[in-house]
Amino acid sequence: MTQRKRLSNSQTPSQSKRRSDSLEEDDGDMPFTQPSSSQVQRGMEKFTNSQVDQKVAEVLQYILVKDQKKIPVRRADLVRNILKDYRNVYPEIIRRVVQTLDQVFGFKLVEIDTKNHLYILINKLELSEATAPLNAPSNPKMGLLFVILSVIFMKRGVVKESLIWNTLKKLRVDPGEKHALFGDVKKLVTDEFVRQRYLEFVRVPHTEPIEYEFRWGQRAEVEVSKAKILEFMGQVSD
Amino acid sequence: MARQLGDSHRRFLQSMMSISVMDEQEARALYQHCCDVHKAQCAPDKLDDFIDTINAKLQPMFMQIRKGMSEDNGFQYYVLVNMAETDVTRMSSDYADNELELFRKTIDLIVSSENGKVCSTDVLNIADTLTTKKLKKSEAEQVLNRLVQDKWINEKRGEFSLSTRCIIEMEPYIRRMYEDQVKVCHICHNIALQCQICDSPTCGIKIHNPCVARYFKGRVEPHCPSCDQFWPHEIPEFRRPRSQSRR
Repeated sequence: MTQRKRLSNSQTPSQSKRRSDSLEEDDGDMPFTQPSSSQVQRGMEKFTNSQVDQKVAEVLQYILVKDQKKIPVRRADLVRNILKDYRNVYPEIIRRVVQTLDQVFGFKLVEIDTKNHLYILINKLELSEATAPLNAPSNPKMGLLFVILSVIFMKRGVVKESLIWNTLKKLRVDPGEKHALFGDVKKLVTDEFVRQRYLEFVRVPHTEPIEYEFRWGQRAEVEVSKAKILEFMGQVSD
Repeated sequence: MARQLGDSHRRFLQSMMSISVMDEQEARALYQHCCDVHKAQCAPDKLDDFIDTINAKLQPMFMQIRKGMSEDNGFQYYVLVNMAETDVTRMSSDYADNELELFRKTIDLIVSSENGKVCSTDVLNIADTLTTKKLKKSEAEQVLNRLVQDKWINEKRGEFSLSTRCIIEMEPYIRRMYEDQVKVCHICHNIALQCQICDSPTCGIKIHNPCVARYFKGRVEPHCPSCDQFWPHEIPEFRRPRSQSRR
């Protein structure tokens, strides 16, 4: 099970000491190191309140927009593209962003990849029946995803791709054909769901011909409760 | 108005974020649902207070849920707006620079038109005059389709107009870019792209079609509210949705 670390600045000063990140940045930028609390202090004195407020709003927008598309937020991108000169006050800005996400939007910022510092938003509010239809366009996709997650769950977390395709075919969703609702089913399952971190689609080593297997992705681990899957499976098998 | 946010407010806000625009009936239904789910108090005529509470918390983030009237049907619509962006750059995560330039030019054509519409051929013709990077006509057509899908423009019989969502979100941009040029409704004082215009050459005031319907309702002989000349245009009739509040 992947470690879920809550991004916050609630660490004690000795813990938030500068630690060098093993983050590889391919454009030659200096890797981002967490500023010390005294650096943050000095940094805050450099900017006016309204400048910092503006930056907090920008970071919030950035995260919300990325999350709408279910793309994880990469800390390096956030620092390079949005924070820029404000890197030294990053902890303070993030603290306020996390607070706003929590209190105003009902979201929790969660680090799903501690090595590359990738973050997603998870919903603190339970998905309700009636709000789902309002998001109708994405709803059928979620139904399909749930089917796949259930199958993987039943098979204890790993499943050969052939089993998934066969299951879908039985539901008249053929990966080989263009589906009226889902379009290119194979692309939806192996590309879109994977990019959104709902599924993992990995090659099985030493197989000839090449075989792939499906697992739950990091976002599914965090967003989808096992209880919901069991409930879903119960509904389907009635 | 220092009311605290509850989960019902948060759920409402989250839904607004994923839908981006909703009419008053949908907003009411959502409000009811959010209150039901979280067992909060829900008085039907308190929707705007509910939204004001959310807006108070959104303001420090330069965001607001704004309300505006559709030029097509006169209904009120709610839109979540990012106030920090005053240009089409708010769309820059979804559209390339040249696509945004095409959109800006489309807005140009619509604002300077008399009827608030532009036909698709006119837009496609400017596709190869773009200064950023030219678009082929087929590519420009794709961009227009996406703009329609993303609810920025409406298409009807080959003509494009700005959607209600677009007008509400881009209002500061339009007012700033087209300060002298943009038409304004004499009755509600909002931007008027699709509207009726007084015939009198010394007057020329503009009124939205739904505003005309409301203002001249029941009058036997309509006269221009500004110059008193006979108002020569057909007075449209708009169906009012159930329980639409007057605000």
